[in-house]
Amino acid sequence: MEYIVFIVSCVLVNNILLAQFLGNCPFLGTSKRMETAVGMAMAVVFVLVLAGVITWICEYYVLRKLGLEYLRTISFILVIAALVQFVEMFLKKSIPALYAGLGIFLPLITTNCAVMGVCLININEEYTFVKMVVSSFAYAVGFGLALILFAGVRERILLARVPKPLQDTSIGLVTAGVLALSFFAFKGMV
Amino acid sequence: MAKTLTQEFVKGLWADVPPFRLVLGLCPVLAVTKTVENGWGMGVAVTFVLVCSNILVSALRKVIPPKVRIACFIVVIATFVTVVELVMQAYAYPLFLKLGIFIPLIVVNCILLGRAEAFAYKNGVTASIADGLGIGIGFTLSLTALAAVRELLGAGTITLYETPIQVMGASFEPFTFLVQAPGAFVSLGLMLCLMNLLGKK
Repeated sequence: MEYIVFIVSCVLVNNILLAQFLGNCPFLGTSKRMETAVGMAMAVVFVLVLAGVITWICEYYVLRKLGLEYLRTISFILVIAALVQFVEMFLKKSIPALYAGLGIFLPLITTNCAVMGVCLININEEYTFVKMVVSSFAYAVGFGLALILFAGVRERILLARVPKPLQDTSIGLVTAGVLALSFFAFKGMV
Repeated sequence: MAKTLTQEFVKGLWADVPPFRLVLGLCPVLAVTKTVENGWGMGVAVTFVLVCSNILVSALRKVIPPKVRIACFIVVIATFVTVVELVMQAYAYPLFLKLGIFIPLIVVNCILLGRAEAFAYKNGVTASIADGLGIGIGFTLSLTALAAVRELLGAGTITLYETPIQVMGASFEPFTFLVQAPGAFVSLGLMLCLMNLLGKK
């Protein structure tokens, strides 16, 4: 039960994109078409769980053992960058179908602050291993959910007549605000 | 080099001002602009990292092999972010707590990697300093401007440093929507629209 509440809070209440403002560059960049949005969402779910596990191990078994907590930022980003490269090579070789689907989104994930952000949240909140896996997965699902919903709305906006100065990113941000407002309604739930 | 140093500097203030023109590095822009203090604090931190990483990347540009350049840039940036993190913990702890997770996240801010890749890797040290300063100050100003609008209308105050100053009169009903999450998106969107209206290239 505790975990169900926790998952709901990660996916809806503290949605990574719309309540915590992490990962907004890919949010605006890949949401113009539904296919790219789905690709990005899947890539994030996949990498975020792996990155969560590996940075957690890095923190508790390397950095804390050696008293090197101040190197957290630099070591996490390197671990994530290496992981993304590794995942890319592995998928290309062994699961080409998945690689074709995720394709160009994998390298972009290194600079996706949602990934790094969730890893840091996991450490700051002192989650246990199981809770960390659950939180990484739930946050990633929240990211995917918001991204896909937003892409759906944005495809419709393409058909509408938007005033010239508001076009593209500007109307995108305002739409995201409205979407954030609807996620905001979950605030009292947990 | 066709452009003078002044031109490199000035372009960051208006023509290429990061959050509005390049639409890069939006996460801190949305997240920390609740108060003016957070806005400029974040801006200064980013400016420092940007100038330092620009200097180092352009100084090392002949040594860094093109194939591993992104990895090298990230290490350089991460080093300076760690410096900022430790300095802020020592001298500006309350601000560090307020900005929280967004200080280490400067590492993954696309502005820094973007400038290293698009400018510092191809230009000399002095030009890179001018570019870094310009973009950094432009970023700080836009963060401060957005934060000022949000704080003034959303809470009726302006926080320059630590203590909020009440600007609006007692009868002013704060427009709380603006300091909440959805307000961030809407106000940034409208600000972008305003920039598009004012400066057509």
